[in-house]
Amino acid sequence: MKQDIEQLKQTASQVRRDIVRMVHACQSGHPGGSLGCTDFLVALYFNIMKNDPSFNMDAKGEDLFFLSNGHISPVFYSVLAHAGYFDKAELGTFRKLNSRLQGHPTTHEGLPGVRIASGSLGQGLSVAIGAALAKRLNGDDSIVYTLHGDGELQEGQIWEAAMFAPHNKLDRLIATVDYNGQQIDGPTEMVLSLGNLKAKFEAFGWEVLEEPHGNDMASVVAVLEKAKSLTGKGKPIVILLKTGMGYGVDFMMGSHKWHGVAPNDEQLATALAQLEETLGDY
Amino acid sequence: MKKYTYTDKKDTRSGFGDGLLEAGKRNPEVVALCADLVGSLKMADFIKAFPERFFQTGIAEANMIGMAAGLTIGGKIPFTGTFANFSTGRVYDQIRQSVAYSDKNVKICASHAGLTLGEDGATHQILEDIGLMKMLPGMTVINPCDYNQTKAATIAIAEHHGPVYLRFGRPVVPIFTDADQKFEIGKAWMVNEGADVSIFATGHLVWEAIQAGEKLAEEGIDAEIINIHTIKPLDAEAVLKSVAKTGCVVTAEEHNRLGGLGDSIAQLLAVNNPTPQEYVAVNDSFGESGTPAQLMTKYGLDAEHIIAAAKKVIARKKQNS
Repeated sequence: MKQDIEQLKQTASQVRRDIVRMVHACQSGHPGGSLGCTDFLVALYFNIMKNDPSFNMDAKGEDLFFLSNGHISPVFYSVLAHAGYFDKAELGTFRKLNSRLQGHPTTHEGLPGVRIASGSLGQGLSVAIGAALAKRLNGDDSIVYTLHGDGELQEGQIWEAAMFAPHNKLDRLIATVDYNGQQIDGPTEMVLSLGNLKAKFEAFGWEVLEEPHGNDMASVVAVLEKAKSLTGKGKPIVILLKTGMGYGVDFMMGSHKWHGVAPNDEQLATALAQLEETLGDY
Repeated sequence: MKKYTYTDKKDTRSGFGDGLLEAGKRNPEVVALCADLVGSLKMADFIKAFPERFFQTGIAEANMIGMAAGLTIGGKIPFTGTFANFSTGRVYDQIRQSVAYSDKNVKICASHAGLTLGEDGATHQILEDIGLMKMLPGMTVINPCDYNQTKAATIAIAEHHGPVYLRFGRPVVPIFTDADQKFEIGKAWMVNEGADVSIFATGHLVWEAIQAGEKLAEEGIDAEIINIHTIKPLDAEAVLKSVAKTGCVVTAEEHNRLGGLGDSIAQLLAVNNPTPQEYVAVNDSFGESGTPAQLMTKYGLDAEHIIAAAKKVIARKKQNS
């Protein structure tokens, strides 16, 4: 059922609680990027996409989403659970032995909602393009979505894929870049500058949308709707979505330090105090 | 020694091209991708028959493997085509994560394997690909011996669900297997029954093994020759049954002795029935430029070397007893 902006915000708050609790429980994982991409993933699964949580791998007639930056698995798992792909109690097994919720997403343990393993960066755009080609062959005009980290764009395979999609007029493909400007070793501009991403994607033949408010739910929904309206016009679409790493938890925001660090008990309590429990903790 | 003759010679890559066309006719879900080597992979007939089911990826092998993984989502059966080096070493992590670990039904089809693409030299040769691929959990590894078998294998892997590495080559080699054979993945093929030594060969080294077997027979040595076209899963039953009879082993492959067929057999035997074994394989080196025939001789991959290895291992067996 399609959620309105207020409902989406409520869901996002619960997802953020799940993220910090999951990462705290196993004392590992990636809270920063997960919190930053929460609004995007919640908008996608609860408002934008046409998808079926009963889960069929081939997903004919359904929109698809591929998470290329697999390290933000906590947000992906929480969103999938709330969307009904599996019971949210399973979120408590994240990163633990014998769990379907591996550190990085995988199909290998049969977790519903996951269609490809990701974690080793730069591969998801190629996979999404393949899925979009299959849809075209099947006469299926639904949309394929992806999410990438901005640091991930340093991988060469991304640009192989970026060249292929416009050449083949894959115009039911919407890629989103989590443009938070941070990566493990520091600000992306210091580690390896991405330069003018808009100009780069345009030069490759993509339709580029820039959204400076990637943590404002109404803005996220609007840019995704805008992207949808641009499908079927001969070009793939990329959204450069400015987000804040760690968004929603004050002490995690605006720094790469919380890329892959878990909060301690005290930090967890501080974080949860800032995030309303809207749908019940797992 | 059972007599094998041939009337025609062809490259095994042509067996792939013709098999791909046939697989495409039998199943509309079969699609193909190629990274700017359509001619070398003999994919032209498939492309002509099914232009909408072919994807030219350009010189971008990593993207090709990722797209192949994605195409399976939606029910397609993708066959990727490029040289063996660019099919494996160049894209190992893409195969590992997006294909093998993700359990995707992708067929990685690799021409110009081993030394025998010849003059291009070591940048384009690969002698490590069997090892790289067999180490991946769930990956099937197939290395057929001639045109007919490569064609049959190509058709068979389309009907098999799961990731497959299919290895073939450029040199023109004798066609000595049946045109209408049924290819059974994982089932070793008895070429010649014998009692004195087991020669397990793969790829076009099977023909060299047959040549070796004929000469050994002239000297009174009765060689059993088995074609191991499927290196993984290995037909353990066939190997152990043969070795129980002969008590010594020669393995023959166009691959580094590290990580290839020989190692798979040695591992099986070490656990089940430790047996003297000699390797006919490249001795942990890169290749170089030369004609295929020159390279086969220089790197010790021909019938003469199989004969020498057989005599040596038989002597070792006798020493032990």
